[in-house]
Amino acid sequence: MSRLWRASPLTYLALVVAAGLSVFPIWWMFVVASRSNDAMGQLPPPVTPGGNLGANIARLFDNTDAYFLTGLINSAVVATTVTVSVVFFSSLAGFAFAKLRFRGRNALLLVIIATMMVPTQLGVIPLYLLMTKLHWNDRLPAVIVPVLVTGFGVFMMRQYAGQAISDELIEAARMDGCGTARIWWHVVLPALRPAAAVLGLLTFMTTWNDFLWPYAVLNDPANPTVQLSLRALSDGYYQDMSQVFTGTAIATLPLLLVFVLFGRQIIGGIMEGAVKA
Amino acid sequence: MTVQLDARPPATPATGNSRQSSGRLSRFDTRFSPYLYIAPFFLIFGIFGAYPLAYTFWVSLHDWDLLGADHPFVGAENYTRLLADVDFWHALVNTLGIFVISTVPQLLAALWLANLLNRGLRGRTGWRMAVLVPNVTSTAAVAIVFGVLFGREFGMINWLLDLVGLDAIEWKSNRLASWVAISAMVDWRWTGYNALILLAAMQAIPRDLYEAAAIDGASRARQFWSVTVPLLKPTIIFCAIIATIGGLQLFTEPRMFHSGTNPIRGGPLRESQTLTMYMFENAFAPHYNFGYGSAVAWLLFALIAIVAAVNVLLLRRLGGGARPNARKGTTR
Repeated sequence: MSRLWRASPLTYLALVVAAGLSVFPIWWMFVVASRSNDAMGQLPPPVTPGGNLGANIARLFDNTDAYFLTGLINSAVVATTVTVSVVFFSSLAGFAFAKLRFRGRNALLLVIIATMMVPTQLGVIPLYLLMTKLHWNDRLPAVIVPVLVTGFGVFMMRQYAGQAISDELIEAARMDGCGTARIWWHVVLPALRPAAAVLGLLTFMTTWNDFLWPYAVLNDPANPTVQLSLRALSDGYYQDMSQVFTGTAIATLPLLLVFVLFGRQIIGGIMEGAVKA
Repeated sequence: MTVQLDARPPATPATGNSRQSSGRLSRFDTRFSPYLYIAPFFLIFGIFGAYPLAYTFWVSLHDWDLLGADHPFVGAENYTRLLADVDFWHALVNTLGIFVISTVPQLLAALWLANLLNRGLRGRTGWRMAVLVPNVTSTAAVAIVFGVLFGREFGMINWLLDLVGLDAIEWKSNRLASWVAISAMVDWRWTGYNALILLAAMQAIPRDLYEAAAIDGASRARQFWSVTVPLLKPTIIFCAIIATIGGLQLFTEPRMFHSGTNPIRGGPLRESQTLTMYMFENAFAPHYNFGYGSAVAWLLFALIAIVAAVNVLLLRRLGGGARPNARKGTTR
């Protein structure tokens, strides 16, 4: 790529404003979480952290309505399971679509792309009825099983496998007597690692954040995901905002951690996907 | 979104010249294992995606609630009742209102932001992370935070308005104001994400187009509108469709914004109840009327399809020509 346009001081000023607007609500969440409830009535509002974080955390975990610890554990279990499963099945299917020849390949791929455009959230009512039949209401399989593999994941892995793996490599492995399963394990999976990492990160964050479906199907207040714990907190404790904000801060922290560690890869994944899609 | 199916020939299975002993096994392997690999998706999607969507329609034709032992077939009655339902139309207007107020500024701001990021910047990754970070936060958590920022008495937004001499606004009980507040939340989350997608497309535009335009005497602004924007059109359409599918299904933000009082109604007088919230209110607590809720779901589905199609038509029309025309206009 040839020379880029230069950035003027005005560009930086605008970016500082945009970045400030992006970061401020998150920052302020941690500010309120670290102060006492007096902060909510102060004008001008405080924008620096206080020393009350420990007390707020203690109050949050002692709260018997929110089941916050259960929520955290449940969300970790759900998000981890879904992530591993999505990456596993998507890389298998993506490999098949990119590198194997079979009847109906293109048509089936188009079906997968079409499913990405369909708002499946609108099926929540029959899904709820189905879960009632399976006796999965109020239980974690209800929020895990429906998303074990996603059209987005398959499509993303297929796009990446198409360009990352050469046909010669696969053919060579075949000559050596490898079946497709061994080719997938020894040749394809190592080559797919960067894309698999991005898919895993995006899946983890999406699953951790999911709200509508867990809200519909997990009605037992004693067995929530962390987002449902937040709902219980914010509906019942609007007088105790420092406790509620401590909850939101803790629920956001894992996501921020993932983002700080792997932000570069996530950005790369989003931008590459955009060009190819 | 244009999808490019790979035109290259896939790896051909090496038949014949591989070892004879494993021949039959390997032929079976190459022929059938691909179906095995893609089967999990179709299995899961079939059971938990496609079937519920179709079944929603079936349920919507019945009088079906949680307690009733049987569900008599009532034909289109749920739909006719719905079309005469004031609260349904109210929710429809809310949904469309919030959608327009949020999407238009969001895409314009994303375009502008992408243009800023598409320069020789110091600390490139840092800026990109800063604009993307809202997208990775928990929606429910952020909605709670915004609910406080937009609070009536001690909210920061009203305090800022007061600083510049404006009256406080009732962000939660004024219908239009609540739309604006919720749109702010949506835009906060999605502007940076869209900006990065547009940025990726901008970087794929060949530089010589700009050089040619510059030689023709086009100003920077002129180049942006006559070269960049027309070439970005497919990506802008992509972003608009994604925003449509997401925006018309809006749920978590308005639900949590009204935490505490009438949450699922979106405020005491349904100021910002969206269609998904209305579906939820009918299908789950407190009413558990699955038939009626399903009818809402199907009309919402239809609405999304219509708005997405209108988007595509509108955006195709806007700004003149598609790729070939734009290129002709700049590289004479």
